[in-house]
Amino acid sequence: MLRSKPINKELRELQKEIQGYADEFGLDYFPQIFEMCDYDTINILAAQEGFPSRYPHWRFGMQYDQMSKGYRFGLQKIYEMVINTNPCYAYLLEVNNWMDQKLVMAHVYGHNDFFKNNAWFSNTDRKMMDTMANHGAKVRRYIEKYGVEKVENFIDSVLSLENLINIDHLFETDEVIRAREEKEKQFAYENSIEYQPVDKNSEALKTYLRSKNRLEKKNAATQEVEQDQFLLASKIPEKPVKDVLSFLMEFAPLEDWQSDVIGILREEAYYFLPQRITKIMNEGWASYWHSKIMTSRALEASEIIDFADKHAGVMVMSKQNINPYKVGIELFRDIEHRWDTGKFGKDYLECNDMVEKHNWNKNIMQGRDKIFQIRKTHNDISFIDEFLTPEFCERAQLFTYKYNAKTHRFEIDKRDFQAIKQKILSGLTNFGSPVIKLVDANFENRAEILLEHQHNGVDLDAQYAAETLRNLFQIWKRPVNLATTYDDKEVVFKYSMNGLETID
Amino acid sequence: MDHPIKSDHSRFRKIIKGKLRKNLKSFVSKGQQIVPKGKDKFTIPMPSIEIPKFKFGSKSEGGVGQGDGAEGEPVQGKKGDEKGQGKPEKAGQDEGSKELEVDVSLEELASILSEELELPNIEPKGSAQIDASKNRYTSIGTSGPDSLKHHKRTFKQSLKRQISIGAYDPSNPSIIPTRKDYRFRSSKAKIEKQNNAVVIYMMDVSGSMGDEQKEIVRTESFWINLWLKHQYEDIDFRYIIHDATAREVDEEVFFKTRESGGTLISSAYKLCQQIITEDYPVSDWNIYPFHFSDGDNWSSDDTKLCLDILNTEILPASNMFGYGQVESRYGSGQFYKDLHAAYNEKSEKIVLSKIKDREAILGSIKEFLGKGN
Repeated sequence: MLRSKPINKELRELQKEIQGYADEFGLDYFPQIFEMCDYDTINILAAQEGFPSRYPHWRFGMQYDQMSKGYRFGLQKIYEMVINTNPCYAYLLEVNNWMDQKLVMAHVYGHNDFFKNNAWFSNTDRKMMDTMANHGAKVRRYIEKYGVEKVENFIDSVLSLENLINIDHLFETDEVIRAREEKEKQFAYENSIEYQPVDKNSEALKTYLRSKNRLEKKNAATQEVEQDQFLLASKIPEKPVKDVLSFLMEFAPLEDWQSDVIGILREEAYYFLPQRITKIMNEGWASYWHSKIMTSRALEASEIIDFADKHAGVMVMSKQNINPYKVGIELFRDIEHRWDTGKFGKDYLECNDMVEKHNWNKNIMQGRDKIFQIRKTHNDISFIDEFLTPEFCERAQLFTYKYNAKTHRFEIDKRDFQAIKQKILSGLTNFGSPVIKLVDANFENRAEILLEHQHNGVDLDAQYAAETLRNLFQIWKRPVNLATTYDDKEVVFKYSMNGLETID
Repeated sequence: MDHPIKSDHSRFRKIIKGKLRKNLKSFVSKGQQIVPKGKDKFTIPMPSIEIPKFKFGSKSEGGVGQGDGAEGEPVQGKKGDEKGQGKPEKAGQDEGSKELEVDVSLEELASILSEELELPNIEPKGSAQIDASKNRYTSIGTSGPDSLKHHKRTFKQSLKRQISIGAYDPSNPSIIPTRKDYRFRSSKAKIEKQNNAVVIYMMDVSGSMGDEQKEIVRTESFWINLWLKHQYEDIDFRYIIHDATAREVDEEVFFKTRESGGTLISSAYKLCQQIITEDYPVSDWNIYPFHFSDGDNWSSDDTKLCLDILNTEILPASNMFGYGQVESRYGSGQFYKDLHAAYNEKSEKIVLSKIKDREAILGSIKEFLGKGN
């Protein structure tokens, strides 16, 4: 089934050479395995998001359709693929020439180092290849038992909610969860009546607070009955929940196989999440290293033109989107330069002499250390927030654009630093998805779900929202509501047996 | 064993075609139409389904781009329209592009078309095949005119000779061909089957056919031409316009004329029949008449006359007769009903198709050409 094969002797030699350069530069990577495949195999792998075995789903077929058409008509070619596992697997394409293979290998060592060291990846499942294959086997079993239509339909409904997960959970290991539960217990205990503080001062304070509480309670006696009921009703969930998938696993009326499917899809969504929130850094880092390794070590004189051509192809700028490869590599280079020359800190920022600022060079040579450190601790948001500078924006020719309703087209809006930064950051917030929390599973005491959208100036796509609500309704089996702002009005979309209603 | 993705793939194809999972059909993006752009440029179909998720509406969103340009200058295309030629090693994270523009040749396009629409190859009429012999320069000989001398082979031959007699000196690699070394391209007669086809387009240009309707006919005929050109080596096109009377015109006039007045469809059919009998002997030609109208005819008597001509003259002569009815605000669409009642899909040779709007063009082409007649 898996049609890739080990690389030949020459390429193994090449790998040794490139790995030597990676060591020399201090890259820290998982054991690296390269496999060779033909274009059809690499299309399959790419369609399955890098993994040789996934659960059966038409979506992979669609991606395969697009990949193979893209390849056949010469629109796109996948040079390589690398996946976050230990050992780290990467695939090379048979038809690539020698220089391509070098370039790809150097690039892959960059990714590998990033996967291993970036904090956001620290809790990802490094045995995901096996896990994915197991997921496939499970889903296949469910399909055999319950029929393909039923299972696929359910998977589609869940995929529709796939982005309702919580980034913070990337750091939720069992240990962290236990420690927090402990803390919460402690907290609850300290606030309970039985708790006897050791410290005299705080005892006085507590007594005061308690008496004050009683007083307030007395005043509010008339409302007490109502309030109690409300408290009872709103118990689930206690706090707004971002991880809607796990909430559904726990509370939705599901059959065993259904909650297992949600678990599978949720696990995969969390596995891919770090890659979504470090796209710029990850590609920038890998590109930085392929460029560094190629131009300072691995390239033969005869290969330079070819390399420049391929590298430029990857770095191509687009007016519609920022190219993560381009912005990433340039930012890393910029940071390295700034920390080599000391162009940071109070003195530099407060310097008003433009000539002096331009020629600023303290020659402290901390650039390389700095970028290694950044690749460990940052994600795209903090990376942009901390290191994007006005000078950089100008050099990189960044601009913001917006839709002009008069001309019915997107037009360049501003080249203002703050505006650009704001726009990039808002695009990256919550991995580019709207922030939506589940605030109540017993809305209006009718076991309905209430979702709340934190509106940040951009409306939701109404048609997609309606369909997504429908999918949630199918899982929850009771009406579902979404509170949002649409066309400058606060509205609640409600999806029930009667279809979609809008409540103003 | 095939990779399991092939079954995912065939499932996806079936969903796209609306055979499975009808609820997803509404999310199939409309990148499906192959649109001619400029001379040799086309937008090829890349159907995709986006699973609905909570996402931002696109228009108010805007974004950040890179490049030169002053404020207010347009940013071409839509956001996310472009898939960089980079290395998408994390596929599936980006919302993919839905339509792609690409240079493809007519030949390639026809094969894409046949794949998308599953068009069968046409079996040309058996008796209409003409064997034609053609000279093709595919082999090499030792004699011929200088103009056909094959230099590379000549020098190769010379080198071979020099090496074999030991006259070749690698340090002074001079190769001197002699008369006997000369090699020439030579021709071989190849018998090729030739088959001829003629497409006769008829269009109602009476007042009720608007520009939109004509545009549909033009696009439709573009694709029919493309497909038939792909199938036949030698192909003629004839154009007839009619209102109450019919006349033959050239292609340009055909698409531009707008007349007013009544409609007598029989006039066009008579002319069509006349063209066939005069210029295209049935035994030698594959004949494809297509008629486009909005379905209005002057009287039921005329419709009877039309059916008569079709039955006795046009249908026996043609491989296929296509009637495409373009919906218009003014047309009654009666003619389709009449034809439908008369042939009721019994006839192999007549294909009726209703074309509601531009979106329906591809489906209609499939109806016309899907039988492989």
